[in-house]
Amino acid sequence: MKKIKSLIISGNGTNCEIETAFACSHAGAKADIVHISDILNGKTRITDYHFLVLAGGFLDGDDLGSAQVQAIRFKYARIKGSGPTLLDEIFAFIKDGHLILGICNGFQALVKAGLLPGNPLGARRASITFNNSARFEDRWVRLKANNNSPCVFTKGIDIIELPVRHGEGNVVTDTEETLREIMDKNLASLFYADSKGNPTMEYPLNPNGSTCAIAGMCDATGRIFGLMPHPEAYTHKTNHPSWTRISLPERGQGMILFDNAVNFLKGTV
Amino acid sequence: MAHRIEVGLKPHLFDARGERTKHQIKNASSYAIETIFCLDVYSVDEENIDEFWLKEAFCDPVIQDIAIDSQLPRKFDWYIEVGFRPGVTDNIGHTSTNALKLISGKTLDVYSSKAFLIKGSLDRALAEKLAYDFLGNSLIQSFRIFSPQDVKSGISPYIPKVLASSNNESQVENINLEISDADLASLSRARTLALTLDEMKVIQAYFRDPSALKLRKKQFLDSLITDVELEVLAQTWSEHCKHKIFSANITYEESGKKEEISSLFKTYIQGSTNEIRKKRKDKDICVSVFTDNAGVIRFNKDYHLVFKVETHNSPSALDPYGGALTGIVGVNRDPFGTGIGAKLIFNTDVFCFASPFYDKDLPKRILHPRRIFEGVREGVEHGGNKSGIPTVNGCLVFDERYLGKPLVYCGTAGIMPVKINGKPSHEKKIDPGDLIVMAGGKIGKDGIHGATFSSEELHEESPTSAVQIGDPITQKRLTDFLLRARDLGLYAAITDNGAGGLSSSIGEMSLLSGGCTLELEKPPLKYHGLKPWEILLSEAQERMSLAVPKEKIEDFLSLSEQMGVESTVIGTFTDTGFFHCTYEGNTVAYLSLDFLHNGLPKMQLHAKWEEKDLKDAATIEPEDQNKKLLEMLSRLNICSKDYVVRQYDHEVQGGSVIKPLSGKDHDGPSDAGVVRPLLESMEAVVVSNGIAPRYSDIDAYHMAACSLDEALRNYLCAGGDPENWACLDNFCWCDPVESEKTPDGKYKLAQLVRANKALYDYTIAFDCPCVSGKDSMKNDYIIGDTKISIPPTILFSVIGKMKNAENAVTLDIKHPGDLIYILGTTKKELGGSEYLASLGQIGANVPKVDAKSAYARYKKLHKAINMGLVSAAHDLSDGGLAIAATEMAFSGGIGIELDLSCVPAKGKLSATELLYSESASRILIAVEPKNKAHIEKIFGNDAACIGKSTTATRVVIKGLKQNTLIDADLSGLKTAWKATLDF
Repeated sequence: MKKIKSLIISGNGTNCEIETAFACSHAGAKADIVHISDILNGKTRITDYHFLVLAGGFLDGDDLGSAQVQAIRFKYARIKGSGPTLLDEIFAFIKDGHLILGICNGFQALVKAGLLPGNPLGARRASITFNNSARFEDRWVRLKANNNSPCVFTKGIDIIELPVRHGEGNVVTDTEETLREIMDKNLASLFYADSKGNPTMEYPLNPNGSTCAIAGMCDATGRIFGLMPHPEAYTHKTNHPSWTRISLPERGQGMILFDNAVNFLKGTV
Repeated sequence: MAHRIEVGLKPHLFDARGERTKHQIKNASSYAIETIFCLDVYSVDEENIDEFWLKEAFCDPVIQDIAIDSQLPRKFDWYIEVGFRPGVTDNIGHTSTNALKLISGKTLDVYSSKAFLIKGSLDRALAEKLAYDFLGNSLIQSFRIFSPQDVKSGISPYIPKVLASSNNESQVENINLEISDADLASLSRARTLALTLDEMKVIQAYFRDPSALKLRKKQFLDSLITDVELEVLAQTWSEHCKHKIFSANITYEESGKKEEISSLFKTYIQGSTNEIRKKRKDKDICVSVFTDNAGVIRFNKDYHLVFKVETHNSPSALDPYGGALTGIVGVNRDPFGTGIGAKLIFNTDVFCFASPFYDKDLPKRILHPRRIFEGVREGVEHGGNKSGIPTVNGCLVFDERYLGKPLVYCGTAGIMPVKINGKPSHEKKIDPGDLIVMAGGKIGKDGIHGATFSSEELHEESPTSAVQIGDPITQKRLTDFLLRARDLGLYAAITDNGAGGLSSSIGEMSLLSGGCTLELEKPPLKYHGLKPWEILLSEAQERMSLAVPKEKIEDFLSLSEQMGVESTVIGTFTDTGFFHCTYEGNTVAYLSLDFLHNGLPKMQLHAKWEEKDLKDAATIEPEDQNKKLLEMLSRLNICSKDYVVRQYDHEVQGGSVIKPLSGKDHDGPSDAGVVRPLLESMEAVVVSNGIAPRYSDIDAYHMAACSLDEALRNYLCAGGDPENWACLDNFCWCDPVESEKTPDGKYKLAQLVRANKALYDYTIAFDCPCVSGKDSMKNDYIIGDTKISIPPTILFSVIGKMKNAENAVTLDIKHPGDLIYILGTTKKELGGSEYLASLGQIGANVPKVDAKSAYARYKKLHKAINMGLVSAAHDLSDGGLAIAATEMAFSGGIGIELDLSCVPAKGKLSATELLYSESASRILIAVEPKNKAHIEKIFGNDAACIGKSTTATRVVIKGLKQNTLIDADLSGLKTAWKATLDF
C-alpha cells in the first residue's frame, strides 16, 4: 500500500509543527515539516501530499487578529511570484479528495480563509475571536463529538479530553442562517461539554464562550476539519494532567484524530 | 496625506477586551466607569491608497466594522487613543506593513494604536489620570484624549515617525580625558557610563601610552578617545557584563578573623564546580560551564541540555511589559546562542514583587506593584507563548522591598545534538577571515545604555531609552532560519545580541579569532540619524551575531532571504589583536582586545560580618488554629498563582509530563516541571526552583543553603535523579559596595560572601554543580531621601533528568487510606518564616540545612519513587507542614488526618511550631498501605508515618495531647487559598 504523506506547514510564528508531525508519523503517515517559503518558491507542492495540517502557533503574532495575515497570505501570495496562489493550490488539493486539519491557529486560518464552513469554498462566513475572558488560557477541556457529523476525524469518538491554549477561540458566524446551516448539517463536530457530556456555555468548561459550544467544525464533506483544542498535545498518557491519578491507555486520546485521518486515506489513496 | 483607520467589533458582539479592561480598572480603583469599548486604530503614512487594501488587511467582515478617515458610530464620554512614541517597536504596525505588502505589493508605513471608548462620569482630568494609570505607559506610549465635542471635526492620523536629525554635527565625537578627576567622574555619570573614577583613570592611562598612540596614529586617530571607544569600554567593563563585584579582591572579616578572597566567582562558584567535576570523574555531566552564554550538560549519548536563567529587573521597573518581554525573549537567545545553537524546549520564570495591594504613597518614578505584576505577567506571557516555548515551572515571591526594583527572573533551556555535521555542537570556532553577520531585526536607538543603566541603582536620571519592546515573531522567524542554517553547516559560530549590543557580542566573538573589523555603516537601521556609537551599542532586540565562512556566505544569505529574515555582512573577524571599527571607511575605534577584555582593574572591597542581635520571642499560639490556617493559605507567598500560571502555555511542543498545575481539578501547585524533549523517547528533563529571600534578614548563608535545598527537594519530589542534577545560581543583591550612598556596604558584602560560602559548601555536599549563573548587583532605588533596597535574593534553578517519565510523581493525594510520611526532622526554626512574617516578626532561628543526612534521605526517596512506592510527594517550604499537607489534600480532593505527636522533632516544639516551622530538607510523601513495609525498610528512621488520607473531605490535625487542633473542610481551605490573587 502507498504510504500516506502528510504535510505540516511551518513558518511565521507557527510553533506546534514538531509535535504535530510526530502525531502524524505516530499514526503511520510520512510527515514532512515544510517551511512556507519552500512552498512559495515552488520546491514543495501541496498537491504532492494526502494530508495537509495547519498546526498551532501565533502566525504573524496574531497582530491583526488570529491568523488574519495567514488568510491574506493564502489569498495573495503567489507561488514563484506569479504562479497560482496558495489558496488555488489548496483548492486543487481539496478537489483531489484529500484531508485538511487545522489545529488552533490552523483552525483560525481555515475559517478566515473561507475553507470552513465552506459552501462556497473561499467565502468567509465565520470567524474566531477573543475568548469572553479576553485572556489566553491553558486548560484541559472535555469535548463531546457529534455522532451525526460527516467529520472524518472525529469518527467513533464520544468524549475526548484535550488541552486548549488560546486567547481567541470564540467561534462566531456572520449570520443566523450560517449558524443554522452549521448546526443542521452537523458541521459542528466537536463541542465543549460538561461532566455529563452535554454541550455547555458554562465557563471554564467552555473556555471561551464559543457559540453553541462549538470547539471544532468541518465542511460538508467532512474532510476539512478545524478545532481549537490540541490533539497533538495528547499523544501519550503522560500528557494528561491527571495521568498520575488515573489509569489511562498508553496512546493518548488525541491520536484518535490522526489515526482516523490516516485510516481514511488508506482507503482512498 | 496620511489615513486613519478605525476598526471595531460589530455592536451586537460582546467586546471581551473592553470588558476586561473595565474589570481590571474597577478591581484596582474607584473610577465611575459604565462601559469601555476597544477599537484598533491604524495610521497609514501614504496618500495614495486603495480603500480595498485597507478593508482586506484590517477588517474581519464577519465580526468587525471599519471606518476610513472617519469615526465609527459609537457612543462615549471619553475617547482615549494610546499610540507608541516615536521609535518604540510597534509589532502590529510592522505586521500591518507586511499584510498590505501581500495585498498591494507596496511597502507602506503603518503605525498602530488602540482606542478606548469610555462611558462614565469622569471629568477630563480624571480621564487623563485613568489613561496614565491603566491604559498605557507614558514612557513608551503617548495619549490623545477626546470628548465627543473634540472629535466632531475628526481625528487626525497619529504618525510617530522618528525624524532624522538633520544637523551637520560630526558623526564621531573626540573626547579629551586629560581633565580633572572630578570632571572624569561627572563625564561618567553624564554619559551613563557607570565607570568609577579608578576605571576612568585606567582608560586615561591607556590613551597616554606611547606605544598605543603610535598604533592609533596609523589609523589616523590621536590621543583623544572617540565616543565609540569610550562607550565600548563602558559597556564591556560594566558590572552587568564583567561582574566586577564577583571578580573583586575582598577582605572578609568575621568575629575578628580576616580572610582574603580573590574573586568570589572563581573561589566559590567555579571552585565548587571544579571540585565536583574532579570527584565525579566519568560520571561528570558538565559539558561546557561558565564559558558560553549558557551552561551545557549531558542529557544522553546523543543530546546535550543547555540552560540559562537571567534577570531583567531595571527595565521591568520602568516598563514592566516591555522589560519582561525583552527579558524572556532575551534569555531565549542565550541557549540559542550557545555553542552553535540549541533548540529551545522550555521557560521557567520567577518574579519578586511588592504586594499588589500596596496602599501607601508611591515614591517618585515607581509604578504601582499591581501594575508591575500585570505588566510583567503579560510581557512574559507574550514572549513565551508567541515563541512556542512552554513555561513549565516558576513561582512568585512577595516582599515590600521589591517596590524599588521588582526581580524578573527568566530562564530557558534548550537541547542540541552532541554533534552536528560531525563537529561538537557546544564549541564555537572562528577563523580570521570569517565574515561577521548580523541576522534578525534592525537597529534603532532602543535599549542604548541598557548594560550600564542596569549597573546603577534606579535614580532620577535613569535613561528611558534603556526600555524597549520585544518582537517574538521576528525572533521566531530568526530561530526557524538559524536552526536550519545550523544543520546545513552554514555558519561557524553564533552568539546573541543582548546587553551592550554589537559592542559586546562582537567584542566577545573577536577573542576566538583574535580581532575584528566592524563596518558600522553596514548594519540595517530602523531609521536614519544614528551615530556610530549608537549603532554599536543599541540593544535593539531579535538579533544574533554569527561568524560565517566566506565560502558559505552566499548560501547563508539566500536561505535567510527565502525565509524572510534580514541578514547583513557587517565586517570581518581578524587576528590583528584589535577591536577595530570603521565608519564609511574611517577608523572610529581601535582598541587592543587585551585592554578591552583584561584592562579593567580589579576592585578592592571590604566585607565585615556582624551577626545581628536577633532573638526568638515566645511563639504566639493562635487562638483558633482553623482560622490561622485559612489566613496562612491566603497569604501572598502561599496562595494559588493559578491566575498567572494559566495564562502561560505549559504544554506546547507536546512533551508535557508534569505541568505547573496538578491534581484532581488541575490546580494543585506542582513542585517541578517535567518534559520529554524527544517525543519518541521516555527520557525526561526535570526543572525546579528554590528561593527564600526572607532568611537573608537573619543570615544570607542559610538563605543560600535553604534556597538550594528547596530547589533540590522540588526536583526530587517530581522524580528527578539526584545523581544527574546541576544548578544555576542567580544572585540579585542590593549594592554591596560601601559608599556615601551605601554606608552599610561592608555588611551587605559580607552577606554576599556568606551566600557564596554556602553555595560552595552545599553544592559540593549535594554533588550538584553550578553550570551557569548570573548576578544583578544594584537592586536599589534612590531618589531624594528615599532608598529602597531589595533583600539579598538568590534563585537556584535545578535541572536534570529522569530516565523514565512514567516514574514522575505529583503532590496530590491519590486515594483515601494512603499513609502519610514525613521525611526529615522538624526543629524550632521559625526564623524568617512565613508564620512569623504573618505576625510582623523576623525571629532568629533560621532553618539550617544538614546536607549529609538530607542527601542520604534524598537518594532513598528517589529509589522509592523509581520503585513506584510513592503515590504523592511534596516539599515543605513556606508555611511548613500545615501548608504542605493541606495543599496535598485539596489538590487531590481527598481528606487527611495527621497526628502532630508522631512528627519527629528535635527539642521541645509546641503544636504551632510543629505546624509552621520551616526546617529544611523535609518532604511529605503518601504511600499505599500495601507498600508500607517496603517504604519503612528503605527509609528506616528517615521517615515517620504521621497520619493517613481519609474518605472525609477534611483536613484534620491532632495536637500533642490528641486534641483536635485543626478540622476544616477542603473546599473552604481551597477557596481561601485561591481567593487572594483571583484577579
